[in-house]
Amino acid sequence: MLLGFPLLSLAIWIPILAGVLVLATGPDRNAPAARLIALAGSVLGFVVTLPLYARFDPLASGFQFEELAPWIESFNVNYHLGIDGVSLLLILLNSFTTVLVVLAGWEVIRTRIAQYLAAFLFLSGFMNGVFSALDALLFYVFFEATLIPMFIIIGVWGGPNRVYAAVKFFLYTLMGSLLLLVALIYLYNVSDGSFSLLDYYQLPLPLTAQILIFIAFFMSFAVKVPMWPLHTWLPDAHVEAPTGGSVVLAAIMLKLGAYGFIRLSLPIVPDASHALAGVVIALSLIAVVYIGLVALVQADMKKLIAYSSISHMGFVTLGIFIFNAHGMEGAVIQMISHGFISGALFLCVGVLYDRVHSRMIADYGGVVNTMPVFAALFMLFAMANSGLPGTSGFVGEFMVIVGAVKVNFWYAAAAATTLVFGAAYTLWMYKRVIFGAVANRHVAALSDLGAREFLVLGLLALAVLVMGVWPNPFAEVLHASVNDLLNHVTQSKLP
Amino acid sequence: MQLLYLVIPLAPLAGAIIAGLFGWAIGRRGAHRVTIVGMVISTLASAVVFLDVLDGATDNVSVYTWLASGNTRFEVGFLIDRLSALMMLVVSFVSLMVHVYTIGYMADDPGYQRFFSYISLFTFFMLVLVASNNFLQLFFGWEGVGLMSYLLIGFWYTRPTAIYAQLKAFLANRVGDFGFLVGIAVILMYFGTLDYVAVFANARSLAGNTIEVLPGATWSLMTVICILLFMGAMGKSAQFPLHVWLPDSMEGPTPISALIHAATMVTAGIFMVARMSPLYELSETALSVVMVIGAITGLFMALVAIVQNDIKRVVAYSTLSQLGYMTVALGASAYAAGIFHLVTHAFFKALLFLGAGSVIIALHHEQDMRRMGGLRKHMPITYWTTLIGAVASVGIPGFAGFFSKDAIIEAVHLSRLPGAGIAYFALASTVFVTALYTFRLLFMTFHGAERFHGPGKGAHGEHGHAPHESPAVVTVPLVLLAIPSILAGYGIGPVLFGGYFGDSIVVAPGHDVLAQMGRDFHGVIAMMEHAVATLPFWFALAGIATAWYLYLRRPDLPDAIKERAGLLYTVLERKYGFDEAYQWLFGDGAVRFGTGLWKGGDVAVIDGVFVDGSARAVAWFAAVIRFLQSGFIYHYAFAMIIGILVLLTMIFVT
Repeated sequence: MLLGFPLLSLAIWIPILAGVLVLATGPDRNAPAARLIALAGSVLGFVVTLPLYARFDPLASGFQFEELAPWIESFNVNYHLGIDGVSLLLILLNSFTTVLVVLAGWEVIRTRIAQYLAAFLFLSGFMNGVFSALDALLFYVFFEATLIPMFIIIGVWGGPNRVYAAVKFFLYTLMGSLLLLVALIYLYNVSDGSFSLLDYYQLPLPLTAQILIFIAFFMSFAVKVPMWPLHTWLPDAHVEAPTGGSVVLAAIMLKLGAYGFIRLSLPIVPDASHALAGVVIALSLIAVVYIGLVALVQADMKKLIAYSSISHMGFVTLGIFIFNAHGMEGAVIQMISHGFISGALFLCVGVLYDRVHSRMIADYGGVVNTMPVFAALFMLFAMANSGLPGTSGFVGEFMVIVGAVKVNFWYAAAAATTLVFGAAYTLWMYKRVIFGAVANRHVAALSDLGAREFLVLGLLALAVLVMGVWPNPFAEVLHASVNDLLNHVTQSKLP
Repeated sequence: MQLLYLVIPLAPLAGAIIAGLFGWAIGRRGAHRVTIVGMVISTLASAVVFLDVLDGATDNVSVYTWLASGNTRFEVGFLIDRLSALMMLVVSFVSLMVHVYTIGYMADDPGYQRFFSYISLFTFFMLVLVASNNFLQLFFGWEGVGLMSYLLIGFWYTRPTAIYAQLKAFLANRVGDFGFLVGIAVILMYFGTLDYVAVFANARSLAGNTIEVLPGATWSLMTVICILLFMGAMGKSAQFPLHVWLPDSMEGPTPISALIHAATMVTAGIFMVARMSPLYELSETALSVVMVIGAITGLFMALVAIVQNDIKRVVAYSTLSQLGYMTVALGASAYAAGIFHLVTHAFFKALLFLGAGSVIIALHHEQDMRRMGGLRKHMPITYWTTLIGAVASVGIPGFAGFFSKDAIIEAVHLSRLPGAGIAYFALASTVFVTALYTFRLLFMTFHGAERFHGPGKGAHGEHGHAPHESPAVVTVPLVLLAIPSILAGYGIGPVLFGGYFGDSIVVAPGHDVLAQMGRDFHGVIAMMEHAVATLPFWFALAGIATAWYLYLRRPDLPDAIKERAGLLYTVLERKYGFDEAYQWLFGDGAVRFGTGLWKGGDVAVIDGVFVDGSARAVAWFAAVIRFLQSGFIYHYAFAMIIGILVLLTMIFVT
């Protein structure tokens, strides 16, 4: 701990506090103040997470930076925080992304600015809470709390069909979460009144109970990832969400599901995880192939990127459920990389949308003629999305594929089809939007990136390249944690 | 010396970054200067390394750990040996020539700085590819050159045909890379490392392993690995049936066609297989597959070249055919011959492309040979250098192509692997076809009547001056490439039979056709004398004679033949229908299939039945509840009485 500061609490509460302050600025005439406070809060929130990386001991197993305080003593609920390498990377990604979305919404949002920015800050704090909670109820509270700001973001600042999308998003995810709560209450009972995840890790459970718990967890997490066939809320949510909402949704919120598998499913019910791994792998591969083909035919850029997200998240769940180090580390790396790339792609669409007010591929063509700098950055992200080596997009996919081939040759072969599908849908879209002669007067009137847009996309471009050329600093912090996790998975917990 | 290895790829990278990001600041001259300085440094460093390697030095160095995971460390590093040093020298030299040539060719282009940045960046990736000491970095370079090929084919991004061609090229390559990546994954699984040296050292001990690819179908591990890797080579080196992208890649500017789509990138697949010779030698099945694929490409692509009228497309199909030769050499275990042909081909094919480009600029971007002719008088340097390229390509004794091509034909003749008979027949016939289309190009362009007057893009009649020779930045590279197009062949003795490649290429004793040939090799003069008595030589002469007769003596005949051989001509002109079939099957097919999944799966079933269906179920349930919740006291009272009665009944009955 740095100078005795509870860093994890800071990472959670600084954004939330900043959010409260932003709200306090009130009406839109105070927007400049709201923006500044939001930026300061998000930057500070990111800065306090940096010592987490610097002081993280990559060789130690177990959880670090633990904080423990009683919360609801009568139910033995504790404010128990702690992180391993997986949480660490996700917290860093989340806090980094928050800075970007605050910047991205700077001038674009014109109504209820303070509320908009506050929603993102709250969301950021809640998600850091999910990633660091070691108490099941605390985890659940944060997990559910994230729904509210996102529901509001889509429902208030969204597109014309925002109410349908927001309700669909809310009900879909809530349905799963309720089963999660039931499973946690069951675990509370069988563990003699403990909500500690660490206690659950040691808890013997019969196979039937494990399978039921797994299914309850799965309903909650698979919706979030989202896994086929529980994915149809995502394209709608993305299409209606404002740019910042899409960025956070794709970059961070989807990871809550995958994180749930890693933090809860695998170590708490390892035998059920093994028993049902085949199903999860099959669904993951369907996501890669089926969704890849569906992405190909989308006419709406945001929908296309949403489907691309589902397809890429298929690699994450595949990597988790093949139970080896390459796959697991690949899955986490893929999560981080996907956070950069999908965030960047949604920002790119946002840049176009802000100017032309259309997300339709057919409304563009020849954008490179008027926005060359934008086209170059968009090209980088498109290639990263196609998994080009040297960008972050390759690293996770490569590791999951080399992990999968150890389990079954055909898993790897099916996953590797993304080399073709991913390139096909991404570059075909890119071709139709960016290349060609100037298609219409809207495209002719486009102005290239402004300084703020360039800063946001430039930072992401840097992240994508650094992670692609030198992923080791990201993987380094994972080894001990993944090792722990694989140990949990290999030890049967049948009584 | 190790610092020098780093300088070789990083100098072009630095040039590319400066020209790319700061091209607006340093201007056109700044952009070509900085990239050319980078290339000169790289070429000189490659030459130093090459000389060092000739003295017997080899080096395997790691630069940094890219990633460590599980028990595997993925390193970035260089393996400098006879093979990689030769490749580095060829790549950097040809690239330097192309950089210089580009100053002239792209002089009027608004994307000047961007172009220099791209070709330097391409050179960086290509050098990383050839100098790599492991499979992962090989794949990095491999995809990197693919990216640059994509960007350069679509360099003129407002042209619909160019942006179609670039996408097609990238996706066709990705199909091959799919196999390549799975192959790398299989290697990692069995060998536990991706380092060349470690993999090759253990290859023999793992050769007995088998993989059950399908239930009941068990294949040897090496066959699986080698065929998967070869899929990558089929994409990058445009072998049948993944060849479709290369002719379309001619949409890119001509310097690119010379550098990427003739001399360097497309030979990456050939280089890769030669590099993996310790693996390929352990699978005769894979070698046969390689040989047959190469033979098909060699013959059938050459035939297409005869009917093309676009000067660049003729050269493109010629490249496909020559790549087929190299592939056959690999399949016959004559790796050294394949690499040797790669080197000579790099010179004479780059020369042919740049010569074609010189003609194209002289005629103001006219590419149709039917509107050329008689340019010999106007462009003497271009004519003579192109002629050298042509005879080298046809394989006339004394020129570079002769030695390398003759060695391949001889090697495949001696090979006893299944498929060698067909391959020999195909390659020998291809000699005739090669001579025919090459001299057709030469005669239609430089000899005969001047057809560039009159309307059309080349319309020289209109502005009243004859086409003139290109500037020195164009002709000097032509001359500099013409020299090795003659001389490079004389290295055949040491390279093929003198053990030049040493340990960098491994050949199983039973496959060693080159050793057999080496016993009968008595110097280049004897080889040339001997060639006069063999079939390929006479085939080549016959091809040239046919071309002369058809295109100079009786220029009316080709059209008559076209009329007569209608079906055959159509088949060739439509390139056997691959483009249409692929577009229908994979392009439109994927769209149809994707639409079906989307509309049928996502929209109709998942959303329609389950999501909205459950919403409807809830709505129905709510309607029932709403009906009950009527708000009238007597309804509730009535319901309560019924409820009490039911409860009482239950209590008393039980």
